[in-house]
Amino acid sequence: MINSNKATVTVGLASCGIAAGAQKVYDAFKESLEGLSVQLDFSGCMGMCYKEPLVEVKVEGQQFIYGKVQPEQVKRIVEEHLQAKKPITEWLVAAEQLETPDKTFLNRQQRILLKNCGVINPETIESYFSVDGYKAIKKALKDMSPEQVIEEIKLSGLRGRGGGGFPTATKWALTRRSPGKDKYVICNADEGDPGAFMDRSVLESNPHSVLEGMLLAGYAMGANNGYIYIRAEYPLAVKRLKLALAEARSKGLLGANILDSSFSFDIQIREGAGAFVCGEETALIMSIEGKRGMPRIRPPFPSEAGLWGKPTSINNVETFANVPWIILNGANSFNQYGTETSKGTKVFALAGNIARGGLIEVPMGITINEIVYDIGGGLASGKKLKAVQTGGPSGGCIPASLSDTPVDYESLRKIGAIMGSGGMLIMDESTCMVDMAKFFLNFTQEESCGKCTFCRIGTKRMLEILERITQGEGQREILNSWRN
Amino acid sequence: MATVSLTIDNVKVEVEQGSTILEAAKQIGVNIPTLCYMKDINAIGACRICVVEVQGARALQAACVSPVAEGMVVKTNSAAVRASRKMTLELIQSNHPQECNTCQRNTNCELQALSEAMALGDIRFVRPAQSHSKDDIDNSSPSIVRDPRKCILCRRCVAVCEKVQGVKCISTMNRGFETVVAPPFNQSLNDVNCAMCGQCSLVCPTGAIVEVDDTGKVWRALDDANKHVVVQTAPAVRVAIAEEFGMEPGTLAQASWWQPSPPRL
Ligand SMILES: Cc1cc2nc3c(=O)[nH]c(=O)nc-3n(C[C@H](O)[C@H](O)[C@H](O)COP(=O)(O)O)c2cc1C
Ligand code: SF4
Ligand code: SF4
Ligand code: SF4
Ligand code: FES
Ligand code: FES
Repeated sequence: MINSNKATVTVGLASCGIAAGAQKVYDAFKESLEGLSVQLDFSGCMGMCYKEPLVEVKVEGQQFIYGKVQPEQVKRIVEEHLQAKKPITEWLVAAEQLETPDKTFLNRQQRILLKNCGVINPETIESYFSVDGYKAIKKALKDMSPEQVIEEIKLSGLRGRGGGGFPTATKWALTRRSPGKDKYVICNADEGDPGAFMDRSVLESNPHSVLEGMLLAGYAMGANNGYIYIRAEYPLAVKRLKLALAEARSKGLLGANILDSSFSFDIQIREGAGAFVCGEETALIMSIEGKRGMPRIRPPFPSEAGLWGKPTSINNVETFANVPWIILNGANSFNQYGTETSKGTKVFALAGNIARGGLIEVPMGITINEIVYDIGGGLASGKKLKAVQTGGPSGGCIPASLSDTPVDYESLRKIGAIMGSGGMLIMDESTCMVDMAKFFLNFTQEESCGKCTFCRIGTKRMLEILERITQGEGQREILNSWRN
Repeated sequence: MATVSLTIDNVKVEVEQGSTILEAAKQIGVNIPTLCYMKDINAIGACRICVVEVQGARALQAACVSPVAEGMVVKTNSAAVRASRKMTLELIQSNHPQECNTCQRNTNCELQALSEAMALGDIRFVRPAQSHSKDDIDNSSPSIVRDPRKCILCRRCVAVCEKVQGVKCISTMNRGFETVVAPPFNQSLNDVNCAMCGQCSLVCPTGAIVEVDDTGKVWRALDDANKHVVVQTAPAVRVAIAEEFGMEPGTLAQASWWQPSPPRL
């Protein structure tokens, strides 16, 4: 537990931090802080991935964040800031008393779900306890019936964050109503969209919040078993999930008779080989069952016949991570954010040609412009915005002329794009849209499971056409023949 | 028995609840083409040739797997439906050897018949890549030949092998454009437990799985003056043979009606 009087140094050690060299920074602090009364800790993703490695220094209750910290800078931070109590202003990206451009990055956001990401230590359950962790499941088990949990989620207006936007409470209620005593809760952590890293960041930064969401779902639906389907390419998230599961079990928060109630629930991890199509719920279920990961026809929907033929509710990582917060703070605290039909907040992985790329959480209804300019600080190249891609390979490109569109399920669908799971790629005017389409077609073509004709052969043929166009072999006659 | 009433091509029809659109259409004599569908054993909605327009639905629906609903309004032959089916066929044919003339299934091929019925015409793709070549033909087995070039991945053979014969020696492998129906690890049929029952070749809509044609060998034997050629048939196929010779279905082929021309001495 972090002792609030003691000075602390926290290094962000999620994948993007580690990729930028944060582990070396952590080790340098470890060495330099030898013998000092400073607590060294690490956290997950603070969101400002563009300024990694990030280090948070807390002295006398005041918070300072340093960005792009190199091991060579550590000594000076220790000497001047932690010992002489003089922050090094030119290296700071954010601090309470300091106006920095990076502060608008944080201030324009609404961090509910990400509130504790990059704050707590993802590898100790105590750290999650310190931010009201597992209080929601305690509250539910003590004061709420399963129906009341579903009702609360319904009132909150929470819709699935995996892309489809299906009302979560409806899915849970259907699964609850399905006959049979064996039911399953599945967490979809396949995250296959290129450029998307929301789910990975949440799992690396606050894995217990997802476990608690799954517990609440299990309680609400009368399920006793959960699976987390996660791609094996996310080793750090898998590691932290495994640690979290072990710790939760040792504290009696998973297993038989949770918190001495009559509710029993446990969770297993299934690592997928990283096939995009296995993010689709029926293919995912096939994959867990050890079969070839190919979607199957619905109906029956998983809520009637899912994993092993039993009623199953499958939700996205972010969907689950919202649940404890809603139960603890009430549906009305959640649905005060957002629009009429899209409630709450949405996490986006802001990437591409953007000055401040990272993990952001915004209230539904915010416009694309606000995200790109206020939060993202405009384009990295300084050139004009051309388009914003959302929804991954099956999504769409929103042209700059529509960038005042509010980000909610209906508005995005109306302009032919989709919310998707949260990937958001920014492109400037020098981007060739044919190249862009070719990139995504190449992806869908490689990731097709091969079942349906138009996907198996159609994506290949479309790719061939785009390849010819980008190689200067496009012909007007061919275009005309397709118009017929 | 609960029933559901719906409208298909302006005709009202009442069918058993749980029926598919395909079954409902059949009941009033409306023909919807299918390729991958096989009643009871292969309802996987893969080929998408059977698409129909359902009023209010987001996209065209595969009739073979879409259950009917009360008040449903279905169009099986609208412009959108025809365009989609034709596109699907064009895609399939763009990855198919155009060699009907020399194919064992010529004039007896579902893909060929459908292409003709729908007046497919030109294939507009320029130099379309082919997923398989002649090198991929598996003729190791004494009785079955697999030609993945002609396979449309309907998986009817997979279903019959697994669910009817209980052998399960072929299934889908690889993914996307490279997907192939083959024995595990792309072994040859001769190296797996294939029972050589030939059921897969019977259900295959194309010439992708066929029986080995030994006609040439038989001719050579007949032409060999030093050989006395005897025909021996398995008891199980007597009815099938009789039918091929124009007898009433169900007749057993037997020596009594077998009148060969007098042997050349
Ligand atoms: C091709 C395809 C890929 C998908 N990939 C994912 C994915 O990576 N993660 C995810 O949560 N949902 C994915 N989905 C959506 C899931 O099928 C499912 O709707 C979702 O996990 C439900 O959770 P939610 O209601 O919480 O959004 C995918 C769907 C399709 C069709
Ligand atoms: S072939 Fe394509 S569309 Fe069909 S199930 Fe596979 S991935 Fe989906
Ligand atoms: S399988 Fe059918 S369409 Fe293909 S070559 Fe043979 S006869 Fe022609
Ligand atoms: S071999 Fe024939 S039956 Fe089997 S999948 Fe291919 S086309 Fe269908
Ligand atoms: S992982 Fe470090 S801020 Fe995103
Ligand atoms: S026959 Fe319906 S999808 Fe193939």
